[in-house]
Parts: sequence; C-alpha cells; structure tokens
Amino acid sequence: MLTLLKKTLATGVVTEKFKIPGDEELEQLGITIKKHIDKKFSGSIAIREVDAGSCNGCELEIHALNNPFYDIERFGIHFVASPRHADVLLVTGPVSRHMQTALLRTYEATPNPKWVVAAGDCAACGGEFGISYASCGAVSNVIPVDVVIPGCPPTPTALMKGLLGLMKG
Amino acid sequence: MNQTTSSWTSDFLQQLNVFGCAVEQIDNASIMLWQIESHYWQQFAELAIQQQLRWVSGWAEHYQKHFFINACFEKQGIYVLLRTLISNDKPELPSQALVYPAANRSERHTRDMFGIHFTGHPDNRRWTRHKAWPEQSFPLRKDFSVQGTPEAITPPDIDYQFVKSHGAGVYEIPVGPVHAGIIEPGHFRFQAVGELILNLEERLGYVHKGIEKVAEGRTPESLARLAGRVSGDTTVGHAWAACRAMEQAAGIDIPPRASLIRGILAERERVANHMGDMGAICNDVAFIFAQMQFTRLRELWLRTNATVFGHRLLMDRIVPGGVLCDLTDTACAQIKQDIIRLRKELSDIMVAIDLNTTLEDRLYTAGYLAPELAAAYGTLGYVGRASGQSFDARKDSPYEPYEWATFKVPAETQGDIASRFWVRYKELNVALKLIEQFIDLLLPGAIVATWKAPESGSESLGIVEGWRGEIVTYIRFDADNKISRFYPRDPSILNWPALEKLVLDNIVPDFPVCNKSLNGSYSGNDL
Repeated sequence: MLTLLKKTLATGVVTEKFKIPGDEELEQLGITIKKHIDKKFSGSIAIREVDAGSCNGCELEIHALNNPFYDIERFGIHFVASPRHADVLLVTGPVSRHMQTALLRTYEATPNPKWVVAAGDCAACGGEFGISYASCGAVSNVIPVDVVIPGCPPTPTALMKGLLGLMKG
Repeated sequence: MNQTTSSWTSDFLQQLNVFGCAVEQIDNASIMLWQIESHYWQQFAELAIQQQLRWVSGWAEHYQKHFFINACFEKQGIYVLLRTLISNDKPELPSQALVYPAANRSERHTRDMFGIHFTGHPDNRRWTRHKAWPEQSFPLRKDFSVQGTPEAITPPDIDYQFVKSHGAGVYEIPVGPVHAGIIEPGHFRFQAVGELILNLEERLGYVHKGIEKVAEGRTPESLARLAGRVSGDTTVGHAWAACRAMEQAAGIDIPPRASLIRGILAERERVANHMGDMGAICNDVAFIFAQMQFTRLRELWLRTNATVFGHRLLMDRIVPGGVLCDLTDTACAQIKQDIIRLRKELSDIMVAIDLNTTLEDRLYTAGYLAPELAAAYGTLGYVGRASGQSFDARKDSPYEPYEWATFKVPAETQGDIASRFWVRYKELNVALKLIEQFIDLLLPGAIVATWKAPESGSESLGIVEGWRGEIVTYIRFDADNKISRFYPRDPSILNWPALEKLVLDNIVPDFPVCNKSLNGSYSGNDL
C-alpha cells in the first residue's frame, strides 16, 4: 500500500490544460458541427460509444480520452454503459451491414433529445472500406449525424475538440 | 535449413507416400507448396497431427473453373502450404476440422464465403454470414460483385441456433453485439447456474466489412493501407505481414535499415498494447491505480510515436519495399531515453502490483487454460505462451531483423490470467531490449527498395509475430501489379475459441477480466 501511495504522490497531477476550441480551429481540423447541444445539457453529457464496424483504431484513441492527460470527465463528459441513459452516440467505423440493425436499435433506444457524433474517417465517409456487400459506408447512411470528427484515427485532442465544440451552444 | 528440420518434411513425404497420398511439390521460391488430391485432404490432416504438425491457417481461392483450397501447417519453424484443387461443379472435400479443432471456424468461413462444402464437418451452422447476403450466394466467388445486392436494411441475425441447456436453476445470458464498454461488437451467449458459467458460445462476424473482397484489384500501396486496418491495434503487424508477402512474391529484398525500422515499429506496437491491456486487466478487477499508471505510460509512449514517426498508432509507416519514415540520431536518442524512463516507472508500479492481495485473489487460478487445450486449438501469442505453447515466429522461424538480435521468449505453463499478465510484462521487457538492439544495429542506408511488378499469379505467405501472436498473410498477384487474393490470418482467429474454454467454471462477473486477458480482435477475426 505504501509503494502505491508513494508512486501516486510522486506522479502528481498530469492532467493538461485544455482550451475550448474556436470555430476557426474546428474548421481547420475538418470538424463539422451541424447542431449544438442545448445549453441546459452543457456541463453534463453522457456518451454511449458504438463501434459499428471499425478496425478498433478509433476505440483506442477514444479510450485515451479517459487517461490522466486528457481526463475528459472534468468537462462533464462521461461514457455510459447503455444508450438508454445517453445523450450522445459516439459512432465509429463504416457501418457493417451486420451491425446496421444493432445501430438503428441503439439509436432508437437513446432518449430524445439526442446527438450523434461520427468519429473517424470510416464513420465520416466509409474510409478504406467504403460501401460494399458488407458495409453501408458512412454512419450518415444509416442514422442522422450531427458532428463529424475526421482522422484515421482522430487523435484524442481532435476528439476532445469535437466533443467540446458540440457542447458550446 | 539444418538436418533435423529438413528431415521431418522428407520423412513426412515418405509417410504420405506409404498411405498412397501422392504429393506434387510445386516450385515456389518463398514457400514450400505441396499439392494433393482432394480426397486425401482429411487423411493428410490425420497423418499431420500424428507428426505433431501445427495447423496454422486455412483459406480458399476462386480461380476460373476451380477452387484452390489451402491449409498451412508448421513444425519446428518450417511452414508447409498444402493445396488441393476442386471443381466448380461439385465444390466439396473432406473436413480437417474433425482432426484439428483449430480448423473448425476457418472451414465455416470458407463455406460461407465460397460455398465449399466440407463433408463431415462437426458444425453445419453458418459463421461469418449473418443476413447481409443470401444463403446461396458467395461473396468471394469471382462472379459476385463487390457491391452485392444488399437490402436497404439488413435484418438482425435472429435464428442462429445457439447451444441450449436445461435443468433447474439454469439460465441464459445474451450479451452484445453492442457491449457496455468502449469495445468492439460481438455476441456472447452464456449458460449459467447461479454465478457459475456452464457454457459460453461466441457469435462473431458483426464487424465483417468485406476486407478480403475489397482487397481484390488493389495496388501494393493500397493493399498495405488496407492491411494496416485489418485490426487497428495491430496496424504494424498486419501491414508488415502483407508487405513481406508482397515483397517475397515480387522477389524484392528490402534494405537492412528498413528491416530494423520495421522491427522497432513492431516492438513499439507490442509495448503500447501490452501496457494498455495490463492496465485494463487490473481495471476489470477494480484496481484503478494500475489502470491510471499504465494509461499514462501508454500515452507518453504514443506521443513519442507521434513525434518520431508521425502517427500515434504507427499506421501506414510500413510500405511495400520498406518503410515511410527514417530515424534521425536525435530520434534514436529520444527513444532510448524514453526506454530508460519507462523501466524506472515500471519497476515502481510492478512492485505495487505484485504486492497487492486483491490482484492476487482475482487473477491467480482464474481463467485457466490447460496446456493440452492450448495446443489442440493452436493458441498463439501470450495466450499460448502462458499455457506452455512457446512458439514465436521471431525465434522459431526467424526473419530480419530478429535473426540479427539476441532475445528470449518467455513462456509459462501456469495458464491463468495472472500468467498471461506476467508473460506480457516479460514480453514488454524483451521488446524494450529489442528496440535498443535494433537502434544500435542501424547503419546509414536506404529505407525503401524500388518496387517491381510481380508476374501474374505470383504468390507468397508473409509471416510475422504481431503483438497478439503469429500473423500469416497470403497474397496472390494478378496481372498489372494488382492483388487477386488477400487473406490475413490474425492470431485472434485461433485464440477466440480458447476463450470459450477458459471461462468455464469461472463466475459470470469474471468474464470481462477473462476476456481482457485474452483480448481477441473482433475486426481481425471477422474481416
């Protein structure tokens, strides 16, 4: 226990300052935001992450949002285990046809008002996999999308900016 | 090739001959290719298992009026590619899955994708196919267009026949495809009594996105990009395996500096993933200290990737013929400094972990995989190495730059979650030493060889040890430098079935940590 506490104290707080991004910066990153979150939700949004067919690269970077450097929870953004108590669906991957119904059902299970963030090039436009017998391509081909964060995969910084941009309204 | 290794193939050929199985040895510079008549397919497997050959991979290929059926075997680091031809009119042959359980899902995949019937296969349920294409059409046949004829909304896969159990107090838990965490989709069906798991059945295929099909017709560069997205956490491993296969098919030798940089990239990927998963294993038993420390160290590691190589996960750094980015002396110094700092940090953290009784209580004896089962399923990587399967392609079938380095492959027989955890820590240390050795071996020189288009029909196998275990990628070229067949065999394909076994008699709440200790790729499995 002592070793543990010693290490924790020696590590200290590594969380980095983070500036809420301006519109210009978002545009530079290729992040498009069609609809902001209502003011009354800002400061506390619950996200359900849905991998609809990704290669798992995006998930690795979404995981990083919870590491001590980014600590996205300090902005009131937290990941939840069910769409039923989520405000936002964070969807990755081209939507594989085998996941199409699951994604539609997850969307239906999310209470209104809700927002959908398509994260990564595959979710934005189909990416390396495109549209085929097995893939529906972009998330917007299956459910309405409010925010697009490009990148293969998007860095945690880009993801943070996109999500904070969504909350600016 | 030394005396002992060359003798098993000649002895085995003789033995096959005794059984009347004629083997045509096909001349191929980079693979040992044996062709047999299809009716000997199963008998070959029976003789192979007696000789303790390991079943490595299986795939098919549609070629004009025929199908090539392939199975790859390995013993003492020597790989043999077994092939048979069957006609379009009657696409069937005897199953090898009765002999090698490892071949089970592979043959089901081949049946779903090509419409090839494996007679006597123990499981006639579909595997990769859900409802995205009809039963009587087969996406990997050449007459099936890449677009297919999908419905506007693909219906859910509701009529799959799961194993059932009956009796007082026995109940079923369906989980997925959308899971509670930030992870890939798949379905798990538990039969349980009380908290105890009686049976687990995996139903994968949810992230099938047609990788094998969309690979057809690509250029080498484009194929390398796709290979780097077979499984995002293994982008280096898969891109390397695919490039090795393409380079061998084209007869290209890559510069030594490129090999060394590839080695550095692959070991950096191993370290990043091991750190991430070691933290996550502790997190699944609510030991948050380790999770926070490991995610912090992983982040620092990825930031060095970004500054030195230009990409946090190292995507698209390996290209056909070599690598995209060179290493400056400053970058080498930074990498070495990082390693020194990381060792210091790890020595603090690992002491705290080792002394922790909660972890001891939860990780020891849980999720036990017996060495016999690991061998039967051909389990790979750290999962195999924690259960007595010491195979490591870097050591047993050495390739550049590993043949220039000195290193050990840690292996244990304890077989539980703790063992998989500690094997990964040991592998992480080996990887750090390898990176240092590779940096010391770097000499000035080119980092990419000039590409030359291979002849139409050229084929090869690219084998590398990814962080999850051995990756075996098959490539065949068409005319004009285009890919005609790409089949990447991720280690997860062989490791997933082991999960169904190692969770038995564990409690349902321990499933997440059991799963994390194996950490199969869904995307790499579903393709």
